[in-house]
Amino acid sequence: MGSAPGSLLPAQTPRQAFWKMVQSEAKLARRQPVGPALGLGMPVVLLVIFGSLPAFHKHYAKLGGLTFFNVYLPILLALVLAALALWSLPTPLASYREQGILRRLSTTPAPPPWVLGAQLALNAWQAVIALAVLMAVGIAAFGVEAPKSIIGLILMLLVSMAALFALGLLIAAIAPTGQAAGAIGSAIFFPMMFFAGLWVPRNEMPAALRGVSDFTPLGASVQGLQSSLFNGFPSVQPLLVLLAYAIVVAVLALRFFRWE
Amino acid sequence: MSGGAGPAIEVSHLHKTYGTTVAVDDVSFTVSEGEIFGILGPNGAGKTTTVECAVGLRTPDSGSIRVLGLDPVTDREELHLAVGVQLQASVLPGRLRVGEILDLYQSFYPEPADVAELTGALGLGEKLNDYYKALSGGQKQRLSIALALIGRPKIAVLDEMTTGLDPRARRDTWDLIASVRDRGVTIVLVTHYMDEAERLCDRLALIDQGRIAAIGTPAGLAETAGGGKRVRFVPSSPFADGLLTSLPEVTSVARLGSHVLVTGSGQLVNAVILSLHAAGVSADDVQLESATLEDAFVRLTGKLLHGGHGEHEIREAEAVAQS
Repeated sequence: MGSAPGSLLPAQTPRQAFWKMVQSEAKLARRQPVGPALGLGMPVVLLVIFGSLPAFHKHYAKLGGLTFFNVYLPILLALVLAALALWSLPTPLASYREQGILRRLSTTPAPPPWVLGAQLALNAWQAVIALAVLMAVGIAAFGVEAPKSIIGLILMLLVSMAALFALGLLIAAIAPTGQAAGAIGSAIFFPMMFFAGLWVPRNEMPAALRGVSDFTPLGASVQGLQSSLFNGFPSVQPLLVLLAYAIVVAVLALRFFRWE
Repeated sequence: MSGGAGPAIEVSHLHKTYGTTVAVDDVSFTVSEGEIFGILGPNGAGKTTTVECAVGLRTPDSGSIRVLGLDPVTDREELHLAVGVQLQASVLPGRLRVGEILDLYQSFYPEPADVAELTGALGLGEKLNDYYKALSGGQKQRLSIALALIGRPKIAVLDEMTTGLDPRARRDTWDLIASVRDRGVTIVLVTHYMDEAERLCDRLALIDQGRIAAIGTPAGLAETAGGGKRVRFVPSSPFADGLLTSLPEVTSVARLGSHVLVTGSGQLVNAVILSLHAAGVSADDVQLESATLEDAFVRLTGKLLHGGHGEHEIREAEAVAQS
């Protein structure tokens, strides 16, 4: 299609159509051979493993008085968002384009961007559930205290979701096939998780490396999440970094999105 | 848009090029409300590109298109509410059930058709619970047609709608489309099947290599093949062509192996049989054929509608083209 997809709020197409799309996407996600349960269950499993190791509950000065368990909680929260954003979101969209399903949809009155919106809505919903489960397990089973700044936590999660989902949309925009989307997602996921501190916690990184990490989406995310959970309202820097990613990447994604 | 206010579709001087290939070259036609308009041509003739431009899936390089007075590119939503499209190679999500797909697509329209009635008419009534990927090629095709009709469109654009269907399903689909037209829906039918065009189309355009060769009714176009009638038979003994070419009803005589092909008009069969009988020759395996769209296509473009099949067809085409 050489033409723009058209307005997002068409005059006559029933709004209910959008929710039908979300339901369709949810059914398709459930019916995958490797279900979403695996991707969302993994962080919870890791949390339970970490929580069961006594060594993880010792306080260390090098961690600012926190335990390893404390430090890994925000990393796992970020991991959930990254997994949804970099795999679960782009892969179906790229597959639909590859198979001509987006093309078929564009012969209906429904605006093609509604498919993007439906995937975003579905993944946001899955994120909320997975994050809630992680927090609940952490607090109930492993004695994590209530977050020092609940507003800060929610704000950080929202802004992290915005930045990461924008990145997922960009992958969906340029990946030629569903398989390519999966490959690109993986290629981005692991370096980003490194800077999030999955292998070397950020507190233990050399100052220069941590400085770089501060400006990666997941590094900024973990920085702000850690503050919100254990110190108080996060500083402005991680919020601004993530907001900048969200806006710039979203603009690029929508500009370069190909419908066939 | 009131009835009779103007043509349903107006295409003017449509041009579309892909790289160095000219797909559509100065194509113009109009489609009247309530008719079945065919676009008939071999594969690669530019039929699909033409209709894709008409429904806003492609932007033409130049030319103008008006569908129900709307511009397919700028009036996207209004157009798709009134125009149902069945694409050629259409794919839908494999892990959705047929009923779920229909439920999704009908939600796009303020006043959709009755799903039970539509699937019944298309022979999909039993398949509602099946996953899309479990359907046969023909069933997927029929679902695609159902999705084109589910919004109660004013115009339905159907691109190769019976490709891959067995003969019974083809005829059932023809009956359905004829009844849809009888209910007032305008139909644009893209096909490379001559029998389909002859059975269904009120008017049609013959298209080849991106250009329209002719527009008219099936009967009118067939007549332009010149002559209108052919008799084919196997003679019981040899005879000279002059025996038949001297007859006023006969235009030309061609020989294809053991068959003799006589082209002409009027009381052709009687004249040929009587003349042969008088010379002591009897005719076996007599077949009378009317000139067809295929003949018209060959005459207008010098090519077969279906890519060359065998020498018999090629020589037959040459014989017709020379008559």
